[in-house]
This record gives sequence, structure tokens and C-alpha cells, in this order.
Amino acid sequence: MLLIYCPYCEEERSELEFRGAGDAHIARSTNIAAISDEEFEAYFFLRENPKGMIFERWRHIHGCGRFFNAARDTVSDRFVKTYKAGEPKPDLHPAPATAATVETYEALEGDAQ
Amino acid sequence: MSGANRIAGKGRLTPARTARFTFDGKSYTALQGDTVASALLANGVHLLGRSFKYHRPRGILSAGPEEPNALLDVSRDSARRQPNVRATVQEVFDGMKVESQNRWPSLAFDVGAVNDLMSPFFAAGFYYKTFMWPKKAWHGIYEPFIRRAAGLGVAPTEADPDHYASRYAHCDVLVVGAGVAGLAAALAAAEAGARVILVDEQPEVGGALHFDSGLTVNGQPGYDWAQATAARLAAMPNVQVLTRTTAFGYYNHNFVALAERVTDHIAQPDKKLPRERLWQVRAKRVVLATGAIERHMVFPKNDRPGIMLASAGRTFLNHFGVAVGAKVGVYTAHDSAYEAAFDLKRAGVAVAAIVDSRQNPGAEVLAEARRLGIEVLSGHSVINTAGRLRISSMTVARNGGGAAQKIVVDALLVSAGWTPSVHLFSQSRGKLSFEGEKQRFLPGTYAQDSLSVGACNGTDQLQAAIEEALAAGELMARATGAAGGNAVSLSGEAAFEWTGGMIGASEGAGPDTTVKAFIDFQHDVCAKDIRLAVREGMHSIEHIKRFTTNGMASDQGKLSNMHGLAIAAEALDRPIPQVGLTTFRQPYTPVTFGTIISHSRGSLFDPARKTPMHGWEEAHGAEFEDVGNWKRAWFYPKAGENMHEAVNRECRTVRTTAGLFDASTLGKIEVVGPDAATFLNLLYTNAWDTLKPGRCRYGIMTREDGYVYDDGVVGRLAEDRFHVTTTTGGAPRVLHHMEDYLQTEFPHLKVWLTSTTEQWAVIAVQGPKAREIIAPLVEGIDLSPDAFPHMSVAEGKICGVPTRLFRVSFTGELGFEVNVPADYGQAVWEAIWAQAEPLGSCAYGTETMHVLRAEKGYIIVGQDTDGTVTPDDAGVAWAVSKKKADFVGIRGLKRPDLMREGRKQLVGLLTKDPSVVLEEGAQIVADPNQPKPMTMLGHVTSSYWSENCGRSIAFALVAGGRARVGQTLYIPMPDRTIAAEVTDTVFFDKEGARING
Repeated sequence: MLLIYCPYCEEERSELEFRGAGDAHIARSTNIAAISDEEFEAYFFLRENPKGMIFERWRHIHGCGRFFNAARDTVSDRFVKTYKAGEPKPDLHPAPATAATVETYEALEGDAQ
Repeated sequence: MSGANRIAGKGRLTPARTARFTFDGKSYTALQGDTVASALLANGVHLLGRSFKYHRPRGILSAGPEEPNALLDVSRDSARRQPNVRATVQEVFDGMKVESQNRWPSLAFDVGAVNDLMSPFFAAGFYYKTFMWPKKAWHGIYEPFIRRAAGLGVAPTEADPDHYASRYAHCDVLVVGAGVAGLAAALAAAEAGARVILVDEQPEVGGALHFDSGLTVNGQPGYDWAQATAARLAAMPNVQVLTRTTAFGYYNHNFVALAERVTDHIAQPDKKLPRERLWQVRAKRVVLATGAIERHMVFPKNDRPGIMLASAGRTFLNHFGVAVGAKVGVYTAHDSAYEAAFDLKRAGVAVAAIVDSRQNPGAEVLAEARRLGIEVLSGHSVINTAGRLRISSMTVARNGGGAAQKIVVDALLVSAGWTPSVHLFSQSRGKLSFEGEKQRFLPGTYAQDSLSVGACNGTDQLQAAIEEALAAGELMARATGAAGGNAVSLSGEAAFEWTGGMIGASEGAGPDTTVKAFIDFQHDVCAKDIRLAVREGMHSIEHIKRFTTNGMASDQGKLSNMHGLAIAAEALDRPIPQVGLTTFRQPYTPVTFGTIISHSRGSLFDPARKTPMHGWEEAHGAEFEDVGNWKRAWFYPKAGENMHEAVNRECRTVRTTAGLFDASTLGKIEVVGPDAATFLNLLYTNAWDTLKPGRCRYGIMTREDGYVYDDGVVGRLAEDRFHVTTTTGGAPRVLHHMEDYLQTEFPHLKVWLTSTTEQWAVIAVQGPKAREIIAPLVEGIDLSPDAFPHMSVAEGKICGVPTRLFRVSFTGELGFEVNVPADYGQAVWEAIWAQAEPLGSCAYGTETMHVLRAEKGYIIVGQDTDGTVTPDDAGVAWAVSKKKADFVGIRGLKRPDLMREGRKQLVGLLTKDPSVVLEEGAQIVADPNQPKPMTMLGHVTSSYWSENCGRSIAFALVAGGRARVGQTLYIPMPDRTIAAEVTDTVFFDKEGARING
């Protein structure tokens, strides 16, 4: 179970109190009715599924109820930073890949075929 | 007497404190503190079970949680029965009943043992290849037969009468394992001032000190030092010591789950105590001191009762005072097993020989063996064993061939070395690294704030392990801010330093043989099965595991995984690290469902939401249906009525007189603020700024993609205050959706959202006499049709209670929805009922509500729509404003696919035979005689018998539906094809006059 720091409550709380809300920093056009099909596709449908750092929205739904943003490493599930909605996207990069050690099957899959 | 094999003066149990138990109906005496395994061995019982697949006789292999063989059915009484209990873990209590499993008619004579002779037919992966024909026989014959023949214990049939507890805990340092290393780490952390939790799965602390009698710490015998240290720790206010507690799962952010067995060892447990307790610990730092597990040797017929791990033999002798045999052999590739022979010899037990597969055993142990007069056959291997229900002899030969000699033994202690217990480390997502010299996986890269110390970290030498543990304990404590100053120093001494170890098959079980040399005892997997899997093309260890089921039993391969891996690597001709390890998963050892679910069972599994009028509804005979967590009155059958008759009566009554309906479950959101209308304009497709206070409007909410998300009536109470209703199931997600847009897209709007679903009880009064019924009770609201027309809302009083009164209708009749504060719900309902009943009205439930709304063509979002339906598809395009510059969904609605011709549209269906009621979900085709697969045009979404129309009615989503009105379409069913005409969606009172009363 993850521990998540709510930037509004200024406290680390259990994942049970939160609900994920998809990717962060995707701005809805102020002139949405006029955007092209391609722009709407990019805004509404297309998402990255990165291995590494992801910027996403969470809501402290069983706490203060506020939406906020988080930077999380999808490999380790570690939250690198959480920050309030509206604040700029921080300049963060995932930790370098760990030293070569024995991997599980997932990492060896190519080799095993 | 607690067993003939108990050696006077040996062990740590008290001879006077006995406990009686039965095994397969026979009564035995144990000592308190015995495990089932030690008690049975004390009584000379080695045969404890039959193996999973071949029904081979099996005994006790280990003395700990890794036990794959000795699984028994243990019961306290008929309801408190648990199958597959490890005999080596379960403590004996007075009156316990133990039964062996997987045998018939008896343990000593088991008919299923024929499987052993037929084993060529049951090779690894047999179920992928055999029993395939005829196909139908699999479910009827083969699978039930195989399931009965194979398998473990039988699940209990009675409900579990015990209760379980759950607890959250936080600490600075969690130490897992209370052997030498764990105790040292806990002591260092505690003396530094950290809040420490120390857990160990055994009844007492000590770990390997249970058997390793050669160790001393600070000059004290190791086991005694451990008990004294645990007592010292337990007395400290910042330390909690938990025994009989298994850390079974290591999750994100140092979240560790513990299962504490509270009463399973007590003869007469206090009824107030839970049987087991789940601890969910959040630790700032974790120290893993989980030790190592001894491996068995992989040699022909290595599974006979009486063959066990050397450390187990030492545990039974040194801790329980039990000799596992009278003439004991040792077969090893590691020095540690020598000490088992030394202990036995010193206790007066004959040691037949130490067979060591290595050419050069450790010099120290070899010298000691000579000194004690124990024969050592180095460079030899055990190539066969004999004995039907217990080992009677071993056949030994020099490696590389040579004359074989038979040595009579009644027990054989084996050791191939030690496997570090990296389960929890691996669960924490740490990466393992392979130590080639000692052929073992050790913690490599850490993923969480934890450290491994001692044997689980590959630190074999005692003093090094102690120092590593002390340093880790203090380091972790300091990392959490602990500032205490008490340094700890300990010095340990071991009798011998150990060398050696091997993984894989030993001499006589190599690739050129077809012998049964078991690696996974619980699933009957032999060395040859791994090789077969490789020959069959399985090259990944994950595939080999699944093909052979190696390591997939309840012991999860604690003994077998490394052997399996080594044999696979040899067959694949690849180094071990390249073959890889299978993933270690929670739980470390089996955990009962009771522990995991704790109180969340029965009525506490999922909370039931009940409306304020629930009691009245129950008293008036309502049948209830589940809508989400809500219990909603479904229909109110009178004596002798079935559901159909009750619903027909309710439907007639509402349209001829009136009916009362509990609509309290409707989602309700109060939208307040100077920008409330602007906000609703953005969230709904409709325009809200034109709605005058005191009026209501039906609103449609779409998602950004243009599909219908929710609907409901919204009343404007004031310029800055709206009473929004949502579907019953949609309330939480609609509020979440609104909050999302309010907080992140439109944060400039001054609007506040409050869920008021539970605050208002809602009584719908529907029917021609609705006004007559409520009028005498209402104060301060003019109910006349002109003053209070359809789609009005007003605040006033009813029965002296504040009300928000809505003139709305989901039936097409004159209707009101009386909102009152929830606490007054039932009282107001009863007052309205007192007016309604004498007029011939009824109470009606959700089924009648559904029929009446369908008669009028009113949709239900989620039933007539499915997340791919636009307002136009649903026939409510009139609710989408053409004038607004923005609302959620405005752009999505313009997507090409949402605007194309031929989309599925909601239409009515009238069956040609009016008595036939269609099945909801049934598919619709244009030509029932077309070849299969037919072209489906759509499906039935709602279908009912309409008593008021005197026929069946239905809605359907049909491609190009509205253009098909008047056409006949077909609904193919398994037994017949039903013809139906496409119509509009209003079946009753098409002109809509009734709603105006």
C-alpha cells in the first residue's frame, strides 16, 4: 500500500484515502469547441505509458477532497514529488537504472525465446 | 511417558507437562511445547501422509515452516477444522484431533498408491496432452477423477465460528526474524532509542539456535542468550516482541503484513481472543534477518519417511529431546550435517555413517567425526534407499562407479547446504544477485528502506553476522532520528565454520537416469521432470515451473526452487543467473482467509445502505432489491400475490388513483455560489442561466467524448442555489466529475458542491390523486396547477417539517416529490400514507417505477445507455443547447463517428404477439434466415409487461433505428424467433396530458 503526501493536508497518508485521476498537465482548451479532430484526439485519447517518471493526478477523496499532481516512478511506484493543482510541472528525471543484477523473467524474456 | 524416542535429559520441554492428542484415531501423549511433528516422532510415527500425485508414503522432512510433506488435518471440534496444516509448525494442545490426508482406506494401505506404478502416464505436463479425447469427458469424468485422486486436504464445510482481528501499527524499525542476527539488530536499534517491532514465526525466539547447540553468545549457550535477550527487549517501553507471528508480505513503502497466531496452540482459548490477528505495519526502516533454509539432497528415492533435513534432526533432538531414529545415516554435501551426527552420537544414538558426496569435506568436522568414531564415506553418494513405509536401508557407492554397499538405517539426515531466505527482500522488489562461488542468490540492489543481515544476506560466520546486525540495527535507528546512546557489543562463537553445499541432482540421479529423485515433495516433481520440460521446449524458468508445477505447491518451493533451477540450467547448458529465478510472491507461508478478511464477512462484508423509510417498507411486506449498496423496495406483494401480480396491481393503481414511492436513493448535490449557473452550463448539455428560480429542468450530462454520463432533474431554488439530482448509482462519480472540473479546469468559478443524498428523504407521490393526497399536509406552497405547474420547486412545510417540494413526474402522471430532512422521512411518509391509503392508493417499488417510466418513454441512464450512446442516440437531443460556446462534451459530440448516419438509436419495440415479453439484452436482426454469423442491428435494453397497455413493451438500441419505425425486425432466441415492430418510445398517453393533472 502506497503512502502519498497530500500537498494540501501537508501530511503523508495511506493510499486508501486517495483515488487516481489520470495524467496530469493536460490542459483543456479554452476554445475546445473549435479545435481540430487531431487536437481533440491528442487531448482526450492519446496517453503515454512510460516506464519511469509519470506525472499524474490524484484526489484526496477521503480526506480534504482536493485534486493534486504527483510525479511517480512507475518502476518502483515511488512518489518523487506531489504538488498542488495549477503548479508548474517540476523538472524531474527518474533515477538511473540500477546496476546489472539478476533480473526476473520479464527482463530475460527476449533471451529466453 | 511422552514417547519411546524421547531421550531423558535432552531437549528444552518439561517432562511433567503433558498433552493428549489423537492421530488417525489413535491417542498419543505429547509434551507441552511439542509440535505435532516432534510429538509423533517421539512416539515413533514417521508415516504422516501420502504424496499429492503418486500417493507415495511420506514423512516429516523439516522442523519448520518450509515443510512440504507433513500436511495434516487438525481440528479442535467439528467446526474448527483446518486442512493442510504443517505438522512441523502446529503446536500440540490437549484434546487436539489430527488426521492424515489424501489416503484411502488408510494411511498404511492406500489404494491411490497405484498411481505410483502408473507414474509413466502421469509425467510432468500430462494434463496438457492426455485426457483430451473425447473433449466432453474432461469436465464430466477426467477432471473430477483426477481432482479426487490428487490433492491435499478437504476444505471444511461448516462456517468458521472463530473471530479474527486486525491491527495497524507504526514503528521506526521492524526486525523480521529473531535468530542471532535479528535479536542483535533489534537490540542495537532499541538501545539507540528507536521504536522497534521484532517478529518471529516460531513460538520462541532463537531461530537456528533451536538446533545449533554449538553456538555461544557472550559465553552463554545461544538459545539461553536468545531467551534472555528477548525478555530484555520485551521489557523495554519502545519495543514490541511478537512471536508466533509470520511476516508474510512485504509491500510498497515498507508496508509489511504480519499474521499472528493467537490461540491455535491453546487447549481452552479465551473466547474473547481472536484466533489470529493481522498486523499491517508501516515501518520507517526494515531489517530482514530471515535466516536460511536447508536444502535436501536430490538422489533416487529420497522421499521415504525417515529421510529428513539434518537441521530438522538436530532440532528434534536438541529442542524437543526426540531421537529421529535408533540407527541414523547422514548424507550431505555440507559440513553442517556433521554436527547433527555429532549431537546424535553424543546423545547415545548410533550413527551408521556420514556419506559425503564431496571428495574433501571440511577438515575440522572430519577430524571431529574421527574423534567420535563416526565412519565418514567422502566422495560417496547414496544411490538408492529401501523401506516401504519408512526407510530401512541406504545403498551407497563411490562416485564415478564402484561396488555398492547397503547400510541399514532407520533414519537418514540429509543436507545439500543452505538457501538464504530472500523471500521478503524479493517481495520488496529488491534485485537479487547470484554469488557464483557458493551458488546462491543474495540481496543485491534494494528497492526500499531495508537491510538484510545474517544468513539471509549470505553472512555465514557468526561474529560477522552479529556485527553486521548490530551495525544495521543502529544505522536504521539513527536514520529514523533515534538519538539514544547505549551501544551494544556482543561476541559469538561457533563450534565449527561450515564449508560446502551443492544444488541440483546428485550422483545417481543425473541426466542419464530415469529414477524418482524428488525436488518438490509436495507436488511430486522429480529431477527428470525438469529435464523433460526442457526437452519439450520450455526454456524459460517460468515455463518450466508451470509445466512441471515445481515450486507451485503451498510451500512455494522453499526447498525445491534452487534444485529445479540448477537442473534446468544444466539441461539448458546455460549459467544459472541466465536462467533466472521465478518471482517470490506473498504470502511467504499460507495465511488463512479469516486473517485476511478479519471482520469483513457476513453482514459486515459490504455495508447495506437503507433509506429512512426502510422500516416501514419492511413492515409492509416489501421485497427488496440491491441497487449498488442500497436496499430498495422492489415491490409490495399482498397475500397470495406473486411478483407479476403485485407489479400489475401497483401499475394500475398509480395510473387510476396514486402511489407512493421511496425515491430517497436519488443522488443529490447542492450546487451553490454566484457562478453556480455558469458552472452547470459547463457541466450539463442544457442551458441553466435561463432557468428561473422555482423551476426545474431535466438535465443531461455528457463526458468530454460526447457520450451520456448521467441525467437528472435540477431545481433552481435561488439565483445562486441549485438542487441537482443524479441517478442512484451515479451520485459519487458525478460529484467526483464535478469536483474535478471545478478544481482543475474552472477554478475561477465561485461554486461550492455538497453531497446531500443522505440528507434528504424523498417521497414520490404519483397519480391522478397526488395533489389531493398531499394538499392537506402542505403549508406555505400554493399547489394549484397555475401557481405550481409541472417542473416547479418550492420550499415550504409539510406536516410542520421543512420541505423542498418538487412537482415532477417519472411516471407521466401528476406527481410530486416531497424532500424532507432524512430524520423526518418515515414520519412524513406515514402521514402521507394515512392520506393516500383511504383513497385506494398503493405503495409501489422500483419494478413498477421501471414499467411506468418505460410506458412513457423515459430512459434510464445505464440501462438504456451504455457509455457509447449520445444524447441524440437516446432521443434526447433537445436537451443539448445549440447556443452555448462551451460545455463538457461539446467537442466530443462533433466527432465524425458521433455524427454519422446509421448510429444505434433508441426506439420502441412492440412484439407481433403482444403476450411475448422480450428478454433484455437479446440481439436484433433484420433477416432471421440469413446465414450465421448474422448481422446484429442492436439489442433490447428494457422490456416489460405493461398492464396499462395490455401488452408487452420494450426499448432497443437499433442501428439507424428511428428510420426503421414501422419495420419488422427479428429477435432470434434459442427456441424460437420473435418478430417485433419498431415504434417510437412512448407507449402510453402519447399526447402527455395526464402529467398536468
